[in-house]
Amino acid sequence: MNEKFPLTQEEAALIDRNEVGPSNLTEEEELYKENIIDHYKYPHNTGVLQDYTFSRREFNPLCGDDIALYVKVSSGEISDISFVGKGCAISQASISMLTDKVKGMQLKEAKDIKREEVLGMLGIPIGIVRMKCALLSLKALSRGIEQFETGGQDEEAGSC
Amino acid sequence: MQVTKNLQLLDGRLVNDFPILKQTVNGKRLAYMDNGATTQKPQEVIDAMTNYYQKDNANVHRGVYQLSQRATTAYEHAHDVVAKFIGAKFEEVIFTKSATESLNLLAYSLGSTLKPGDEIVLSQMEHHSNLVPWQQLAKEKGLALKFIPIIENYRLDMDAAKRLITPKTKIVSIVHMSNVLGTINNVKELAKLAHANGSFMIIDGAQSVPHMPVNVKELDCDFLVFSGHKMLAPTGIGVLYGKKEILEKMKPFLYGGDMISEVTFENSTWNDLPWKFEAGTPNIAEAVGLAAAIYYLQKLGMGKVFEHDLFITSYALEKLSQIDGLKIIGPSNIDERGGAVSFTLEGVHPHDLSEILDRFGVAVRGGHHCAMPLMSALKLNSTTRASFYVYNTKEDVDILVEGIKKAKEIFK
Repeated sequence: MNEKFPLTQEEAALIDRNEVGPSNLTEEEELYKENIIDHYKYPHNTGVLQDYTFSRREFNPLCGDDIALYVKVSSGEISDISFVGKGCAISQASISMLTDKVKGMQLKEAKDIKREEVLGMLGIPIGIVRMKCALLSLKALSRGIEQFETGGQDEEAGSC
Repeated sequence: MQVTKNLQLLDGRLVNDFPILKQTVNGKRLAYMDNGATTQKPQEVIDAMTNYYQKDNANVHRGVYQLSQRATTAYEHAHDVVAKFIGAKFEEVIFTKSATESLNLLAYSLGSTLKPGDEIVLSQMEHHSNLVPWQQLAKEKGLALKFIPIIENYRLDMDAAKRLITPKTKIVSIVHMSNVLGTINNVKELAKLAHANGSFMIIDGAQSVPHMPVNVKELDCDFLVFSGHKMLAPTGIGVLYGKKEILEKMKPFLYGGDMISEVTFENSTWNDLPWKFEAGTPNIAEAVGLAAAIYYLQKLGMGKVFEHDLFITSYALEKLSQIDGLKIIGPSNIDERGGAVSFTLEGVHPHDLSEILDRFGVAVRGGHHCAMPLMSALKLNSTTRASFYVYNTKEDVDILVEGIKKAKEIFK
């Protein structure tokens, strides 16, 4: 039996299979490792704040990503922020980076953070399917702020 | 693990029949191993559909002109091809848009005869499509829903099945081959249990019919559902097989054109089988495509198709189980399973893993595989799954293994 993949020589030339080795990470993979994996393995601002002003939980059924965000507001400023989460590296790195970014920021300013800014922080290309993972953090933050401003409360947040 | 049987691979050259597989992804040859989700289409299937649209396209069962006659012949012939493929009669083969729709048809039509307190038996390894319709029906009508649990080596607990299937049971609906675990269930035995208790037996064959010889007479099921796109055919065409005498008594699911015999302002009577269950203009080109796909599979031989799957699966199980931190979620022996191989990798989320694998041209699925209750029963969030078909080679598995090693490196 011919188990070899029957490619023409031209087709075979297109393929660079040697790179699929466990050694030597490419530049892009190094970037992934530095940007994403570091935050994933050693996330910043984790835990439940004792005296949070509002909280918000968001869930992404695709990956099973689960984020509970705790925000302390003092005179219109996010004076402290934390999260408890589980899920894929993209979602967890994203929330870790976002909490770093908004700590000390005016609530008004935090409300205006654009999707592009979050994607920029991640620093790697995010495909359409992973967009939900990457932006779950922003969803939690903006919905949390909205709910806080309209006086609602997220009852689920404590259970993450 | 070693290949225990004298399994043979299909001729590797058949990959040339699939134009889509000749491309590169991220500079790498596409190693497509997400066949549990959908399969690629051979040129013969693409040609059959193109040919239909270029030469024969018309609505079926309506016009008496040449084109309509040709379209009708092709569409009806497709029913015949499917019927012979699974050992059924022509009038027992109903075309739907998917296996999901077939199951919804059954839940609606069979469901209308059920009474509060009646019981439905499913298993813990059902796809959402064979769970949610029954679950919602049970809520509406006050029925009890019971689940056959999973025991060691990811098999169904047949002793529990004997206790759960009782004279109160009206419907037993079980997946033939799990899309997550790869487990092949003893549906023949379950059909005996169902019938001994006066219950209908439904088999979800979405993962089995494409991969192994399946004969409805031999299994003695009352219903079998599957979809075309998981067996080299296009999307938008699914099959419901039902025993003629049962289908005749069932009420239609969708109402409209073609499914009627006579309509007045007050009343309607129904068309003969199978048309009674095919309201509206059907997916004609897709039916033509399905027939072409079945021809293709029959040329290979379904026994050979299954052997090929098992060969690649046993090779994959052997190679994957050598990776540190990798756990196979499914039967370890190929005697009880097919070619869907799920696994977890310590420290790497399945979605991150499948994204990294994509960089090497490897297409696998990461997630809950539309079986969230199963995931929770296994205490998992998700798995990565490689699922094989006729065009996969040992080399595909090698690329997968190398990719996993690379992911481990990145996540170290």
